[in-house]
Amino acid sequence: MPWIPRGVRDGIVTSRYPRQPDGFGPFFFGHVHVAPALGDGPEALADAVRACPTGAITLDGDAVRLDRGRCVLCGRCVVLAPGTFRADPGFETAAFERRELVVPPGEGDDAEVAAARARLARRVRGLRRSVHVRHVDAGSDGSEEWEVAALTNPVYDVQRLGVFFTASPKHADVLLVTGAGSAGMERPLRETYDLMPEPKVVVAVGVDAASGGMVGERYAARGGVAQLVPVDVFVPGSPPSPFGILHGILAAVGILGSRPHDGAEDPAGRSRT
Amino acid sequence: MTAEMADAEGSKGAASSAVVTFPATRRRVRDGARFCGLFALRRPAGGAQLLSVVSADGALVVEEVPVAAGERRYSSLAHEIPASGWYERRIRDLFGIEPVGHPRPDPLVFPVPPGAYAPLGPAGEPEAAMSPDLTPLAPHVHGEGVFAIPYGPVRSGVFEAVEYLLETSGEDIPHLRTRIFYKHRGVESRFAGMSADDGVLLAERVEGVASVAHALAFSAAVEQLGEVAVPLQAELVRVVHAELERVANHLDTMVRHTEAAGQAVAYAVFSHHKERVQRLRARLCGSRFGRGVVVPGGIGQSLRLRPAEVLAAIAPLQRRIEEDVRRLMGTPSFVDRLRGTGVLSRDDARRFAVVGPVGRASGEAEDVRTSRPYGAYARLGHRVVAHRTGGDALARQLVRIDEIAGSFHLVRQAADMLGELGEPASWRATVPPVSGRAIGWAEAPQGEVLSVVEADGGRLAQVTQRTASFHNLAAYPAAFPKDIFTDVAFIEASFGLSIAGAAC
Repeated sequence: MPWIPRGVRDGIVTSRYPRQPDGFGPFFFGHVHVAPALGDGPEALADAVRACPTGAITLDGDAVRLDRGRCVLCGRCVVLAPGTFRADPGFETAAFERRELVVPPGEGDDAEVAAARARLARRVRGLRRSVHVRHVDAGSDGSEEWEVAALTNPVYDVQRLGVFFTASPKHADVLLVTGAGSAGMERPLRETYDLMPEPKVVVAVGVDAASGGMVGERYAARGGVAQLVPVDVFVPGSPPSPFGILHGILAAVGILGSRPHDGAEDPAGRSRT
Repeated sequence: MTAEMADAEGSKGAASSAVVTFPATRRRVRDGARFCGLFALRRPAGGAQLLSVVSADGALVVEEVPVAAGERRYSSLAHEIPASGWYERRIRDLFGIEPVGHPRPDPLVFPVPPGAYAPLGPAGEPEAAMSPDLTPLAPHVHGEGVFAIPYGPVRSGVFEAVEYLLETSGEDIPHLRTRIFYKHRGVESRFAGMSADDGVLLAERVEGVASVAHALAFSAAVEQLGEVAVPLQAELVRVVHAELERVANHLDTMVRHTEAAGQAVAYAVFSHHKERVQRLRARLCGSRFGRGVVVPGGIGQSLRLRPAEVLAAIAPLQRRIEEDVRRLMGTPSFVDRLRGTGVLSRDDARRFAVVGPVGRASGEAEDVRTSRPYGAYARLGHRVVAHRTGGDALARQLVRIDEIAGSFHLVRQAADMLGELGEPASWRATVPPVSGRAIGWAEAPQGEVLSVVEADGGRLAQVTQRTASFHNLAAYPAAFPKDIFTDVAFIEASFGLSIAGAAC
């Protein structure tokens, strides 16, 4: 049996995340950070707005905001207006409300988001120890499936956190949805959702699932999955890294040590700006 | 690239004499050319231009046929050239142009409901929401005890959405149909009006697991139109990303094979190898899928590691992968599941003009990195194309194993050359506003990708990213008749195709 010694040869390769940060973090372009103090002239900002391929940047007077639910991480704004936009490695960008993906938060957004978190936390109170996850592809580009599947490799090994993938929607607590919301998946996705028992949580994985991403809204794409099923947590990214997806699942069901449902500040350092 | 109009030659099939046809394409394919695809380009006032592309003697040969607004049909090629069957169904679904005499004209990429217009046809509205017609397909197989099993689009495990319609009388699979429309997003309609710089971002997302190859094919077409010379160093960086993409995809097929075979340790080992490759890719550019690197004219960012660091990173990676591949291929309980499974005969591979590793495992040896070398491939010593004739899942696996070694070899050569050449003055040549039509290509891990780009004054008018997945999936049912249900997972994994790319 050559496989058994082979299996132990590399020792433990599993990440300690979320208990400890993972060494891979710094290499990954996780999100665009928007500096609160504007460091660029109006021309540079206007250039960034024009260059954004998905219209994710809005400029209202002096206030610049970035919608991570649209951002495909092309990095153009980072080059054109480096005083305002910065490419950051952080992947803990999951949001409880679509509007929470727009940074920095607008007036009153924080209160709304806190309320959404609290509502979700009440609903999932019984799920904190272990959850079963069902994945449905609703028109992804295929990369999100790789990153979701990666969660079962020995590096992420989500079983250690009580997260299991399940074949049957009737056993599922969490629905992971990828893709721009293709017209053909409208009915199968809804049927899967309806078959899941309460309480159930929907996590939209990737920028395509949040807004349609580069594909947007077409005859055959619904500009995201929120039109098809009620989404509880959005994980931005194009595609998000496995860590980002894991963070989204853990945040959604309150397994994270941070217990976001308590309304306390999130020690995992979710980037809000 | 040559374009020629239909010359006088008798047409076959049920077509009426008034219907346009493709005499030169039929003749060339009879003479041994490989059919590469059939495309529709929109023309003003409800007209269209049909483009058939074949590959012969190391070049792409295009035959163009105009379709008048009132006469949106042509004589189907599918009887003579089975590889064209899916293209004709796609063009019918999306553009509403009818292939007269098609043997199996079921809807394919988007079943347009009765009374609605084809989304890219003259009366179509690509931005208005439509719902596909979900009417089940009529059975193809008749006989006592024959029943149909719809498998999908939501399947157990983390898979892309696709439905396999298995028609059987027991455990064997005499007939299989693939329904890919669930994932159709209408990507082609999105390109219109974009700049080339935005277009490449969308091209990366046509088939996300082959982002680099799609960006390469698209950029090649734009660079042809702009008559741009890409800096050599940029071409070498492109090779590094494209070949690591190939390694990751080939490892993914092994992960899926070991999962299907229930080899728990091997699954853990190979998924760890794949993760290492993905992390190396992220260290090189920030994206685990090589996104944002290839842009028209060159590259958007140079490697974040020095060439010597790249070499240092891939040496242990390759050694470990090869060690474990040897161990895996020496495990009889694994190899037995692949041997003789999902045989795609040489004849079928030829008839469907199958590309990529699947074709190369059935004797169709073309690899566009060597047959129509692009970018830096002409300067690098690419190994003799890995190629077998067994046609089963094992042969496909062996081809991929050889290709992984070939890819690492190419990365090493590219890194060496980058080290010698040093930094260029610029990583990206300026691309002028482009007009006209061109076809770019690249060898994706799944096989040849074609990008048919039509542009006007720097804006894209229409772009079709023809994926190897779409092209090869047409041949998928031909690999099934001798197999049983438990082989499905192996055959699917060994084809290694992306449904997103096939259905886009």
